[in-house]
Amino acid sequence: MSTIVFFIFAILAVAAAWGVVTSQNIVHSALFLALTFVGVAALYVMLNAEFIAAVQILVYTGAVSIMVVFAVMLTLRGDVGESSPENKKWGWGLFVAGLVFVMITAVILTNADWRILPGPWTIQNSTAALSNLLLTNYMIPFEAAAILLTVALVGAVILAKGVRENK
Amino acid sequence: MDALNQLPLSIAAAIRSLFGDSHSIWADLTMDVINIILVIVLIVLAALILILLERKIAGWTSQRPGPNRLGPHGWFQTIADALKLLGKEDVTPAGADKFIFKIAPMILFALPMMTLAVIPYGKGMSPIDLDLGIVYFLAVSAVSTLSLLMAGWSSNNKYSMLGGMRAVAQMISYEIPLIFSLLGVVMITQTFSLSKIVEAQSTVPFVVLQPLAFVIYLIAGIAEVNRAPFDLVEADQEVVAGPFTEYTGLRWGLFFLGEYGNMTAVAALTATVFLGGWQGPAILPGYAWFFLKVGIIIFFQMWVRWTFPRIRIDHLMGLAWKVLLPLSILNILLTGLGIYIYDLVLRIGG
Repeated sequence: MSTIVFFIFAILAVAAAWGVVTSQNIVHSALFLALTFVGVAALYVMLNAEFIAAVQILVYTGAVSIMVVFAVMLTLRGDVGESSPENKKWGWGLFVAGLVFVMITAVILTNADWRILPGPWTIQNSTAALSNLLLTNYMIPFEAAAILLTVALVGAVILAKGVRENK
Repeated sequence: MDALNQLPLSIAAAIRSLFGDSHSIWADLTMDVINIILVIVLIVLAALILILLERKIAGWTSQRPGPNRLGPHGWFQTIADALKLLGKEDVTPAGADKFIFKIAPMILFALPMMTLAVIPYGKGMSPIDLDLGIVYFLAVSAVSTLSLLMAGWSSNNKYSMLGGMRAVAQMISYEIPLIFSLLGVVMITQTFSLSKIVEAQSTVPFVVLQPLAFVIYLIAGIAEVNRAPFDLVEADQEVVAGPFTEYTGLRWGLFFLGEYGNMTAVAALTATVFLGGWQGPAILPGYAWFFLKVGIIIFFQMWVRWTFPRIRIDHLMGLAWKVLLPLSILNILLTGLGIYIYDLVLRIGG
């Protein structure tokens, strides 16, 4: 049963991702991306990571609308229907994507201890376990990420607004 | 009274007992289908009642009678309007992006179905009792902006497009205070589960402990359902009807159902998180208390809508970013301090 559900959502995610890269219309690409995120969120639910799934929908699927706005605003072509034409650089794209895939596979295959938990997941409330881990074992990376994001946010505001120089 | 209180649960148990094994997958499936149908019925009923109520309250606040021709006191007006909508021609604009144009209203209607399915309507009466109720609710309702933008973009109409853009601009500003205002309650109860949050309010509803968060959530919630004074998305004097401009007939009706469903969902979450949900004196069954509280919140939303003028979009952003966001962060800080002091007092006292 869960295998069938997995394949439904996995195929949905992959097919939508295919739509993202092949669609000629950049807005369609962004909407396909939202569909991909939904498919991936469903896979997270099947992995008992409900919190990640909800955050995936909240942060990524919800934010795709912002991306669509940028896509429309920054599109220079008059006709949005041909805003994302194919180009000749797919060979390079294939090379980089393949490299990333090989890297991730290598890390997973060579590093036996990439999972945090030794055995299969048995805790019922995965969110509580996750927050405990984040605020105990992984406290410093968590806070560092928070500071990094804040710095990026402040930097973006300064870039957009400019700084008044004091003479 | 207890029998009346348990009535929905007894009906559910009776339906389950029709199956040989009352917890077999078929019994579960049947109950799920019944729950989905009940949620859809709730949305349609809510829309029918609320549209009439809205027009009556609009009349009341502006000192005119409101709809009063069809049926006693004009009560059948919405039914007539709904029937009229059914008979209208389904027009798709020539330059529209047809597929997106057609699925956008369906998405907006599906979202309140998904959010209302996790609300506890009574003790043990959530259609789906999720551990992550609040996060799920917020995640799903965030997608409504996407559907408004899809509608606005695909209509190939500049007013629709502007409305869709405004929906996004509005979402960026209200969403963070909306989410942060709920964190105080989560910190106190240490759970995201809506049914556990209701149970934690058996002595005192969280509106007493979290008055600031309650006010922030009410304001941000009105912005989320795109109602006046924050109805910039469909401001009819400025952008005709925003993303809905090109829609006709049932597709427009679906948008309407979705909007009123969203409004019910936000009111239901407010009642659940801040007003104690189904908790209340035993003179009424729990679900009656729940719907009474939802009704009060909805009445408040309508009252606000017909009292205040629309505010400008930069004022809305200023309000959300410069007032609501700092206040909601302050609320989180105060809640943390409060929990710490409470623990300290308990430790000294005990």
